[in-house]
Amino acid sequence: MQNIILKMNKIFLKSFFLTIGFAFLYFPILTLIVYSFNDNKRVMVWKGFSFRWYGELFRNEQILEAFMISIKIASLSATFATLLGVMIGYSLVRIPKIPARPFFIFLSSSPLVMPEIILGLSLLLFFISSNHLIGFPSSKGQLTVLISHITFSVAFVAVIIQSRLSSYDKNIEEAAQDLGTLPNKIFWKITAPVILPSIISGWLLAFTLSLDDLVVASFTTGPGANTLPIVVFSKVRLGLSPEVNALSSMIMLFVVIAAVIFYFVNRSNVQK
Amino acid sequence: MTNFLKKQNFWFVFTPYFWLVLFFFIPLALIFKISISVSEWGMPPYRDMFAFSEEGLSINVTLSNYLFIFSDSFYLRSYLNSLNLALTSTLICLLIGYPIAFYVAKSKENIRNLLLILLIIPFWTSFLLRVYAWKVILQGSGVINTILIKFGIIDQPLSMLHNHYAVILGVVYTYLPFMILPLYGYLVKFDLNLIDASSDLGAKPFKTFIKVIIPLSLPGIMAGSMLVFIPVVGEFVIPELLGGSDKLYFGKIIWDEFFVNRDWPIASALAMSGIFILVVPIIIFQLMYAKYHFKNE
Repeated sequence: MQNIILKMNKIFLKSFFLTIGFAFLYFPILTLIVYSFNDNKRVMVWKGFSFRWYGELFRNEQILEAFMISIKIASLSATFATLLGVMIGYSLVRIPKIPARPFFIFLSSSPLVMPEIILGLSLLLFFISSNHLIGFPSSKGQLTVLISHITFSVAFVAVIIQSRLSSYDKNIEEAAQDLGTLPNKIFWKITAPVILPSIISGWLLAFTLSLDDLVVASFTTGPGANTLPIVVFSKVRLGLSPEVNALSSMIMLFVVIAAVIFYFVNRSNVQK
Repeated sequence: MTNFLKKQNFWFVFTPYFWLVLFFFIPLALIFKISISVSEWGMPPYRDMFAFSEEGLSINVTLSNYLFIFSDSFYLRSYLNSLNLALTSTLICLLIGYPIAFYVAKSKENIRNLLLILLIIPFWTSFLLRVYAWKVILQGSGVINTILIKFGIIDQPLSMLHNHYAVILGVVYTYLPFMILPLYGYLVKFDLNLIDASSDLGAKPFKTFIKVIIPLSLPGIMAGSMLVFIPVVGEFVIPELLGGSDKLYFGKIIWDEFFVNRDWPIASALAMSGIFILVVPIIIFQLMYAKYHFKNE
């Protein structure tokens, strides 16, 4: 009898925490989605169901342009950050002789703990000074945002690659070497396929970091480089915006579709 | 063959090394330099460190920017506010996140994967929009006030936005996944038999929790807390959208010193002292903890 009560108690506790937890996570997002269908310029006063703000969203050139710029910067930044991150991860695990190794470790890990605001400030002052000294970069814009995003994403990719490389059996590479395989071939045929999943997750993380960044981009942006977060922030800083509500549900829709695909691909992989 | 390896290794080390020195280390060195420079009107708004004039070389180095920010309680208070915010929200995230991570990790495998995806979805949605959502909810005419008025619990809308508590709520909401995911990572590897073993030996559930479960998930607790604490200290966006004028935070005053007051040396001194007061202790703590953990394994 006591056992049953204990068990009931356990199930009750479990569903209690999970329900409250997930309600807390989803309530704000669902609120935004519901109000995005409100046919009223005053966001919080319900007037009726409509797709009006979705129409406005797709006609808003400022938002569309910012979206394209963000996607462009995020994919370039993720690609370069992944390249550099793989190099760092590989170097730290596989290359014993790195000049001033502790300094290299410091450089590749401290962006992780550096507040964005300090990173943004230092990069902006650097770009201004270097412009004074050597004329590069000639002005602030997409290039300076890109450089900044690569710089803070590299550390995240490096951590992912490093943990994958240090957890897998190095003997496979050594065996290939003993069998006379060229180092070039070892890297591309053995090391690269092993770390490929980490490379993909590193790229995705770097992409999201860049797409989501407001603070560093605000410091380093210039004419023609207003990313989506910068435009959204300027819209919601002082009040509410029905178009931003519509944008939120579009992003949510996209994320849910991606998650569903990920879930089923993952499941079929596990079943195989 | 070794030649190729040498060449490849050289480029693998050199390229990121060069990038990080150029775009991470030199900018940090630069704000250090500006933080000990003398303010001046003009562009750039500080005096050159070395100036040659008829009287010879003069070196313009000063600690006055640091003395200024440490003598003005305004700056000190904003540091303390940020520390307070980071500490409070890390604790709340831990208290909310731990049971969620625990129960998700202990679910049956097919449900577990689904719950995990459900945990990650909000994390993928834009950070800025998740903060904005709370602005919509907490407004005077927002969801909570509307419901409370409709049910006759209150007559006048409560003012819930633009204060320290709204900021804590926003921080807890946006950073919760950073706490849950590392905790989940450790708890999912946790062997359930240990709980049974502990209770078979006569330990009460609470004792099992304190003596067995907590110590084994300690690395997850540390990782999650760091992932929340560190970025929150410099957080700018959440206080700007949900906070009010009652409390100023570290991130906000750097932003204002730079963009509003255009005082580069003070902004740089603030950033440097932020690194020394907030970031360096965290790095030292992490190194010590890693050593301690390594020893015990």
